[in-house]
Amino acid sequence: MTAPVPPATEPDLLYSADEEALRDAVRALLADRSDPATVLAGLESALPYDRDLWCALATGIGTAGLLVPEKLGGAGASAREAAVVLEELGRSVAPAPYLTSAVIAVTALLGCDVDRADVAGPLAALADGRTLGVLALPLTTAPGGAGEPAVRADADGALTGRVTSVADAAAAELLLVWAQGPHGPAVYAVEAPADGVRTEAVTPLDLTRPLAHLALDGARGSVLATGDRAREAVERALLTGAGLLASEQLGIAEWCLAETVRHTTQRTQFGRPVGSFQALKHRMAALWLEVASARAAARNAADALASGSPDAPLAVAVAQAYCAPVAVRAAEECIQLHGGIGMTWEHPAHLFLKRAKADQLALGAPGRHRAALAELAGLGAP
Amino acid sequence: MTDAAELRRRTADLLAAHPPTRLPPPPQNEGPAGPPLWSATERLDFLRARFDAGLAWVHFPEGLGGLGAPRALQAVVDAELEDAGAPGNDPGRIGIGLGMAAPTILRFGTDEQKKRFLRPLWTGEEVWCQLFSEPGAGSDLAALATRAVREEGGEDWVVDGQKVWTSSAHLARWAILIARTDPDVPKHRGMTYFICDMTDPGVEVRPLRQITGEAEFNEVFLTGVRIPDAHRLGEVGEGWKVAQTTLMNERVAIGGTRIPREGGMIGVAATAWRERPELRTHDLHQRLLNLWVDAEVARLTGERLRQQLSPTLNSVRAGGAPMGQPGPEGSGMKLAFARLAQEISGWEVEFLAEDGLTYDDWTLRRPDGVDFTGRQAGYRYLRAKGNSIEGGTSEVLLNIVAERVLGLPPEPRTDKDVAWKDLPR
Repeated sequence: MTAPVPPATEPDLLYSADEEALRDAVRALLADRSDPATVLAGLESALPYDRDLWCALATGIGTAGLLVPEKLGGAGASAREAAVVLEELGRSVAPAPYLTSAVIAVTALLGCDVDRADVAGPLAALADGRTLGVLALPLTTAPGGAGEPAVRADADGALTGRVTSVADAAAAELLLVWAQGPHGPAVYAVEAPADGVRTEAVTPLDLTRPLAHLALDGARGSVLATGDRAREAVERALLTGAGLLASEQLGIAEWCLAETVRHTTQRTQFGRPVGSFQALKHRMAALWLEVASARAAARNAADALASGSPDAPLAVAVAQAYCAPVAVRAAEECIQLHGGIGMTWEHPAHLFLKRAKADQLALGAPGRHRAALAELAGLGAP
Repeated sequence: MTDAAELRRRTADLLAAHPPTRLPPPPQNEGPAGPPLWSATERLDFLRARFDAGLAWVHFPEGLGGLGAPRALQAVVDAELEDAGAPGNDPGRIGIGLGMAAPTILRFGTDEQKKRFLRPLWTGEEVWCQLFSEPGAGSDLAALATRAVREEGGEDWVVDGQKVWTSSAHLARWAILIARTDPDVPKHRGMTYFICDMTDPGVEVRPLRQITGEAEFNEVFLTGVRIPDAHRLGEVGEGWKVAQTTLMNERVAIGGTRIPREGGMIGVAATAWRERPELRTHDLHQRLLNLWVDAEVARLTGERLRQQLSPTLNSVRAGGAPMGQPGPEGSGMKLAFARLAQEISGWEVEFLAEDGLTYDDWTLRRPDGVDFTGRQAGYRYLRAKGNSIEGGTSEVLLNIVAERVLGLPPEPRTDKDVAWKDLPR
C-alpha cells in the first residue's frame, strides 16, 4: 500500500466572475418561477416537471448545453459551470431534469464517437434543451457500479429487459440503454415513446425527482458505442453525475441553514429569539462549518472534472462521502430547529429533506464512495 | 505605489549587498539534517539589513521594517529570499511578537515605542510573550483581576496579579499585558494595556506542567512590578480596545498555511495503517476512511479560505469574492482542526493496540515550540486535548461563528453595566 499521489496542480476552489453571473441568472429565474411554494403546488399536478420552467432554464439561459463543446451545439463551458447550476437547483429544490439529462446523458453521449451523426444529432438536441435524455440505469448506480447490463440486445438491435428506478425516465424522449449486445456490453439509443418501451411510474420518496421502472420488450435500439468505449462513456457519465451531485447537495444544505437562521432569528420563545439560545446557535454554527467544508469538497470535485484531472475519481469520492450526509443533516436540523411548523406539509422543509435523503442514495451511497476511496487512497481493507 | 517588480528589485539589491552564505553542514552520524546553520552574527546582520530595507513586513510603514506596500506582496519577497537560501527569523519561536505584539504596537504605540521595539522583535533578538489569561479569566478575558495602580505623584504603575498559559515567558524579554486600572466601572472599560519588562524585579516565571508531562506554558506571578507610563499602549481605560487588535490578529494567524494531502496527523495515521496490516480491523478501517475524508475536506476548506484571502492568486479574477482581511471564518477552521486532531490521535492510539499502552517520555521538558505531529501517538493524543481549549475554546468559537458569521442574536448579558468590583467571583 502506498500513499495517494497528490494532484499535479492546486485546484481552483473559488467561483469566477462568469460563474457568479451564471448563478445570478439561474437564481433569478428560479426565484421568480420556482420558489418552494410553487414547487409544492406543482407536485400536486400530474406533470412530472414544469415544461415552461425547463425551457427557460435549459434553452433560455442555455444551461443544458454547458458541458457540450460549441462546435457540437453547446456552450463550451465545463463541469465548474454546471456545478453552479446544480447548486441553485438544490437551493430551490426545483423539479428539473438537469442532472439526469444535461449532465449524465450528455456526458454519456460525449463519451461516444461525436463525429457520428447519430451521436452528434441527439447531443445537439439535448444541449439546447429541446430533448430530454436519460441514461437508463438505476439512480443508485455508483461510478464503477454499472456492471453487467440488465438489458439484452439481439443482432437486430431489439432490446429486452427491465431497469428499475430510473430517474426522469417517464419524461425522457431519448433513453441511453446499457445493454448486453451480441459482442458484449454496449450503449444503445432508444427513442421514447416507442413500441416495446413501457415506463411504470414509481411513487418516489423525493417528489421532485420522478422515478420509473423501465420495461423493454423488443424495443428498437441503435448502437452508439461498444466495448471499452461504451464502458468508459458510462463510467464517465456516472463519475460526472456523482461529482456534480455534490453541488446540488451543497445547495440543499445552504438553503436549509439559511432558512433555519432566518426562522430562529424571528421566532420568539421564553421572551427572546430562539436563535439566541446557545444550544441552538451552536448547532447552527456547527452546520455552517459543515456547509463551508462541503463547498470546498464540491468545488474540488467540479474543478477536477472540468480540468480532466487524474485526481477526479478521488475528488468525486471525497465530495460524495462528505456532502451527502451534510445535506441530510442540514435538512434534518432544519426541520428540528423549526419546531412544529417544520414537520408540516405546508412548510417546504420536507421537500429538502426528501431530496437530500434520496440524493444520499443516488449515484452511490457514502459507504460506496468510501470503499472506492480505500483503493484510491491506498488504505486497503483488513 | 510599491508593486511586485519594485519589491523584486529591492530584494535583489538586499541579496547583492548581503549575499547569504551558510556554515558547512554538520558531519554525518550526528542525527538527521536540521535547518541550515548560520553563524549568529551573520544571520543577525542579514535580518537587520532586511528590516532596514523595508522587506521585513512590506505592509508596515517605511522606517519600521516596511514600505507601505499591500500586505499580500510579502509573499513575493519571501519567495525570492527562500530561493536565494537567505536566513529567516524563526517565526515559530517569535510568533507572539510577530503575530500579536507587533500589529498592536504599530496601531497604538507612540513613535518612540515603535522605534524601540519593532526591530529587535522582528529579528528575534527580543522574544515576546502575552500576559492576558488569568486563572479566573480565561474565555471571559475581560473579567481579569491583575491590578495596575498609578504611583502617587510618580510616573510609574505598580502591577500585582497572576497570569497563566503564557507561552515563551521563560524566553521572553518583553510582554504585552492587560491589567485592571479602574475596578469601579464595568469590566470592559476599566482595563489598560502595557508593555512589561520580563527582567524587572517582581516578575516570576514558573513552568506549568501539562497533561503530556512537558511544560510548554508558564504561570507568571507579578508582585509590585513597576512599569513606566511610557510603556503604556493606548489610553488609560482603553485596554480592551487595544486588546481587540491583538486578538483579531491572533485569529488571522490561524489557517494561513497550505497543507498537502495527508499532511498533519492524518498522514501519520494513514502511514501506520499501511505499515501495520496485522493490526487492521473492519471497524478501524471504516473510522479511518471517515477521518481521511474529513481531513481531506478540512484541508480543502483551508485551501479555499487561503485562496479567498490571496489577491496574488485572485487579482486576475476581477469581480470575484471580496478578498483581503480574513473574517471570523478562521474560527471555523480552528474548530474543524481541533476536532480532527483529537479524533485522529485517539484512533491511532487504539489502532496501535499494545503499543498504544506505552508512552515515550514523561520527563518535564520545556520545548521552544509545539510539534503536533512529532513524538508518538500517546503524546499526540494528550496534546490534542488542548486544541479545543487554547486560543479560544470550541464553545466560544461556535458563539463567534453563530453571532458574527450567521448573524444570530447575542446571548443576553447580565455583566455589561455592572462595575467590575460588584461582579460575582
